[in-house]
Amino acid sequence: MTGSQFGVFGVDPWWLVLLKVLVIFVMLVLLTLFTIWWERRVVSRMQNRIGPNRVGPFGLLQSLMDGFKLALKEEIIPKAAHLGVYWIAPVISATAAFLAFAVIPFGPTVSVFGVETPLQLTDFPVSVLYVLAIASIGIYGIVLAGWSSGSTYPLLGGLRSSAQMISYEIAMGLSFVAVFLYAGSMSTSEIISAQEPIWFAVILLPSFLIYVTSMVGETNRAPFDLPEAEGELVGGFHTEYSSLKFALFFLAEYINMVTVSALATTLFLGGWLAPWPLSLWESANSGWWPLLWWLVKVQIFIFIFIWLRGTLPRLRYDQFMKFGWKVLIPASITWIMVVAAARVLRNDIALSNRELLIIGAVVIAVLLLGSWFAQVVIDRRETARKLALEEIENRPYDPLAGGFPIPPMPGQQAVLTSRRTASQVVQQEALDG
Amino acid sequence: MTEFNLGEEIVFWGSGGLAVLGALGMILSKKAVHSALWVALTMINLAILYIANSAPFLGMVQIIVYTGAVMMLFLFVLMVVGVDSSDSLIETLKGQRLVAIVLALGLTILLIAGVGAGMTDVVPVGLDEANGVDGGNVEGIARLLFTDYLVAFEVTSVLLITAALGAMVLTHRERWLPRASQEELSKARFLGPGHPGNLPSSGTYARHNAVDTPALLPDGSSSDLSIPGPLVARGDVRPIDHHDVEEIESLGGGSK
Repeated sequence: MTGSQFGVFGVDPWWLVLLKVLVIFVMLVLLTLFTIWWERRVVSRMQNRIGPNRVGPFGLLQSLMDGFKLALKEEIIPKAAHLGVYWIAPVISATAAFLAFAVIPFGPTVSVFGVETPLQLTDFPVSVLYVLAIASIGIYGIVLAGWSSGSTYPLLGGLRSSAQMISYEIAMGLSFVAVFLYAGSMSTSEIISAQEPIWFAVILLPSFLIYVTSMVGETNRAPFDLPEAEGELVGGFHTEYSSLKFALFFLAEYINMVTVSALATTLFLGGWLAPWPLSLWESANSGWWPLLWWLVKVQIFIFIFIWLRGTLPRLRYDQFMKFGWKVLIPASITWIMVVAAARVLRNDIALSNRELLIIGAVVIAVLLLGSWFAQVVIDRRETARKLALEEIENRPYDPLAGGFPIPPMPGQQAVLTSRRTASQVVQQEALDG
Repeated sequence: MTEFNLGEEIVFWGSGGLAVLGALGMILSKKAVHSALWVALTMINLAILYIANSAPFLGMVQIIVYTGAVMMLFLFVLMVVGVDSSDSLIETLKGQRLVAIVLALGLTILLIAGVGAGMTDVVPVGLDEANGVDGGNVEGIARLLFTDYLVAFEVTSVLLITAALGAMVLTHRERWLPRASQEELSKARFLGPGHPGNLPSSGTYARHNAVDTPALLPDGSSSDLSIPGPLVARGDVRPIDHHDVEEIESLGGGSK
């Protein structure tokens, strides 16, 4: 990758690459510990409790201590487990979770020990696709964990979880398309620089909303945490895991939460760019300050995750899948069509804003008229169908219509045959006598 | 031929070796799920080789489409079919071995001819030249897909849509009545003869939690709903111990 726009990447000395990898690793582990504590505290406040406040200042060391305890627990491996796959599943999950962060930008070019380098491990022309690819490898960890446990609940939980993640990954991928169209690139650093005057969350609001919804589904978090629905599936795919292997799944879940939040920040909230009142300050977008803006934006998303968990009840599985396939995906596709059409009209046919708005108004008027007309037709059909049903219900049931024995139609009542009635009479007499 | 540096050598022999290992493992493993996993390994390593050859888009799409979607579907089917089911070795298709051998031979000849021609007759323009036309690898693929190969691209999508349509037709079920909505279901549940929610579990507020111990209601009487009918019929229900009830009342400060 030696394209001119990626000149700043891939030229770091080896020690700087190692340093960046180490910093990202440590940061993700610390963020996980922090997020677990933060989630427990915030949910506690929402539920009128206090939450962990004993270990360390404000209970900050609670998750560290819980981590030690988890690692020192006895490991229980089911007899029916397929050992090789059972071992490798949590490793795949955790590795994939860490890998995705390689292309997330934290800040602009800074000077580290005298070397000018961007605050990002690497970048290439398709780095957003790279995040999607790594996410799809991460799903393997969950599916394999479910299968290799040799137990029913994990298998069902694993299937459910992966079906959910695959479905929501489609909606997620579609929500990126509008961003790619506007940024003209699939590289994270270029997408951020394309948001310099205005964030994509503002001009591409539908994409942003679709992404935020699908990112909750993608990370299996409440209200979309059906794979771990304890009332029906015990713990889902990780029911049979304990000790460090379980800890790896736990770690992967929280890192994935941070990853999707960071991706949302990168694609829609301008990444490390300073928000409006701060951006008036000249040096807000240079040096180490952007790292702070980035962290605050990511934490806002994580707070939203926690807020949702504290507020909403879990969805039913079929309603959840229906929402993904029949609402989110068609809505994304329609929105992409609209964005693409608007861009072609603006750039290739060179229409002015005024003409574009007029066209938009005409299209909306036609759609409104069309939907009104469609509703009229649907209502008419519905009444006709109801009448037909009523007619069937009122028709007396003929068990030998046309000379063949037939079951009652819906709504019709089966008549008791003489034999059945006779035996019931005998029973009744026996009871009475 | 071009010179290789050390990094390229490591990537080629590492990923290439793992890809071959995956292919061998796929053929040699006995469990269908293990075979599927070996194929996934092969695909990921092929993707790494594509990326190393400056085709990042192809590499990523290889992982997203083949590893993430196609192999995942295979895994789904294998898991749903059964963890321990083994393949039946009876061949139902007549003469499939012969056809398979002929097709494999044909494919081998095609590959040798294609690769051979590519190595001798074709003069490579070079990567910079090929990518330079449109300003990048991704842009180049995009232009080719949506201009020269548009028909092939659309035909492929028609094929996929047809397959999806076929799956929908095969799984379609005609409904007699409209699907009951959540409102209708809950009305039916509460207006119907049965208990609307979960029955109280045995032993609630009682001394024991065995199935034969009825749950205690706030007034100290027992709940018949909390014990299974067969136990009642057999007379196996444990009676309430009135000393226990009195003790519980005294603990509660005698409030009645």
